[in-house]
Amino acid sequence: MSILKKAIISSLGKAVQFIEAYQYPVSVHYCAVPREKFTDAAKAMKNEYALLAAEWATDETLFGRGYGIFACYRWGSEYLIVKIQIPADDPAFPSITNIFLPAYRFERQIESLMGVKPLNHPDLRPWIKFEDWPQDAYPLRKSFDASRPMPRVAGQYDWIKAEGEGVYEIPVGPVHAGIIEPGHFRFQAVGETIINLEERLGYVHKGIEKRFESMRWEDGFRLAGRVSGDTTVAHSIAYCMALESMTGCALTERAHWLRAIFLERERIANHLGDIGAICNDAAFAFMLYQMMRLKEMVLRTNLKLFGHRFIMDKVVPGGVVVDIDEKGKQEMLAELDYLAKDFDRLVDIYRENPSIEDRVRDTGVLKPEKARELCVVGIVARASGLNLDCRIYHPFPPYDQHDRIELDVPVPITGDVYARVKVRIGEVRESIRIIRLMLEDLPAGRLTSPVTLPSAECAGFSAVEGWRGEIIYWLQAGPKGEVNRCMVRDPSSVNWLGLEQAIHGNIVPDFPLCNKSFNQSYSGHDL
Amino acid sequence: MIRILRQIFRTGIVTEPLPGEVTAEIEQVGARLEETVRKRFSGSLAIRQVDAGSCNGCELEIHAINNPIYNCERYGIHFTASPRFADMLLVTGPVTRNMEIALRRTYNATPSPKLVVAVGDCGCNGGIFGESYASLGGVSKIIPVDVYIPGCPPTPAALLNGILKAISKF
Ligand code: SF4
Repeated sequence: MSILKKAIISSLGKAVQFIEAYQYPVSVHYCAVPREKFTDAAKAMKNEYALLAAEWATDETLFGRGYGIFACYRWGSEYLIVKIQIPADDPAFPSITNIFLPAYRFERQIESLMGVKPLNHPDLRPWIKFEDWPQDAYPLRKSFDASRPMPRVAGQYDWIKAEGEGVYEIPVGPVHAGIIEPGHFRFQAVGETIINLEERLGYVHKGIEKRFESMRWEDGFRLAGRVSGDTTVAHSIAYCMALESMTGCALTERAHWLRAIFLERERIANHLGDIGAICNDAAFAFMLYQMMRLKEMVLRTNLKLFGHRFIMDKVVPGGVVVDIDEKGKQEMLAELDYLAKDFDRLVDIYRENPSIEDRVRDTGVLKPEKARELCVVGIVARASGLNLDCRIYHPFPPYDQHDRIELDVPVPITGDVYARVKVRIGEVRESIRIIRLMLEDLPAGRLTSPVTLPSAECAGFSAVEGWRGEIIYWLQAGPKGEVNRCMVRDPSSVNWLGLEQAIHGNIVPDFPLCNKSFNQSYSGHDL
Repeated sequence: MIRILRQIFRTGIVTEPLPGEVTAEIEQVGARLEETVRKRFSGSLAIRQVDAGSCNGCELEIHAINNPIYNCERYGIHFTASPRFADMLLVTGPVTRNMEIALRRTYNATPSPKLVVAVGDCGCNGGIFGESYASLGGVSKIIPVDVYIPGCPPTPAALLNGILKAISKF
């Protein structure tokens, strides 16, 4: 039996009820516990060294059931989802923030957008909901009219303050100096040294999760592809996979392989851009221009072969809408040869440059213990010794065919900027290698398979390793089979917490460098 | 160091005349851009980019016009950190409720001519995010817009074309 299932049963006994034939794929366990046992369940998971992957709320009034609160735990290749039911007239639940740190923001968000209160939460300031929103505006509730703008009310956000001799404050944003997304950072510093960083996010909250609820299942993939534009492929794959597992739609092998090729190309393009930008923030502009050149080459091949520079909207429920022919294959292989060679040369230059090494080593360290405590994912986790990668540990096709595609991603433990660059370098090489493998071995088959619509009582889960890390989608069908809830957990939802921790003790001028090495999405976090 | 130099020489100059489907027409765009920037902005057009709620897709393409292949600086176009030095605001995204005030402030801080270019389908009309409690729709709902560059996201060539259109109009 699965470790997590065993752990929760042995700790909660009869109080836990495993529910079959509701959530798909069935390999992801799903159970209900009484509301007051929510923290016990969390403790049982903690004792098993599980990590908290996500926590969210649903409005289930259409089913006549009040609210649902869900916590999703991960251990190795297993996921376990624990649900508690909340009555409509008493919207509150026991907080698990003291057991799992990432719940800190998940729960603030649940309170802000769904109006279900986490009891004993240490910090109930709203999150994403700004101080000028009406207090009683809970957009994720079914009773909320999302089509109208909300009035602005007077309000104030209580920033964390540091006091003492020589402490000063630097506010930055939301409109930053470069061409990047908006967010607000507030530093408290003594001299050059940062003693605290507080993030304020939510500026690009577009109401995406609510918007999904007004869309048809078959259209949602387009919105998913715009949750975070740099991760369009991974998000649309994740949405489609959750929907496909709810409806029992089986894809052809070819469709899976093409999706994986898109996904790896997205990884390469973004990593190239990041490596260049990180070097640029350490005043090594040469690398930025070289990497941007390679990235542009990848995007152009995308446009030529697949019709879009970021391969947007090409992954659809049931498969993909673009194919690759023999000529295209040859072209991509030639591109990869060129890329691999040039990339290696540039990596040598990076490695042999002591001035850049000076800047990236021991800068912005996220210690392995901290990384585990914060349950970070993706590149950030791997650079801090946490070996998480759903291509390996929760493999989705085609990565589950270990005899045909095996992956070897680097997992250093220093947790500094250097390590985050190192992970990216290793992954670019791995992605090049496995795209080649996939191209040589591309199975034949149709591009799309027919997808039916979900039935009334069911939910779908998916976890996909995008270039930033694990993306989770959880879809729930309503009483008429419509979209009742679409929960999106971008890696940024947890990894932003890591940046706050990694920056302690660094100097203010190193902040851009550290931030770039995390490069989390604002849009994916703010939704 | 020797490796760096070797790589630089091996790479050579990769900057191209503006690429695109209509190369001939677009080659002229580059020349016209440069000329217009020279005449009307004394050779230097300062742009402040504002993400008012985009998904970051549009930003990637705005980055691309700065890469060595498009190299917008050769036409005298550069991106500035402060709206106070900007001739033009390049605004992306549907304007979110949470960014509305920041966008207005940025606009007010910009000296005239205050050219505003709305980028992407979202910047033009709210795109897939439409109008809701959180998204107020296109940029023109909040500040006056001079030129629209549709696309999701618009290609780098389309961006350069749009910028040219904006400065020729004014
Ligand atoms: S136009 Fe497209 S790429 Fe640009 S912000 Fe909107 S969804 Fe993103």
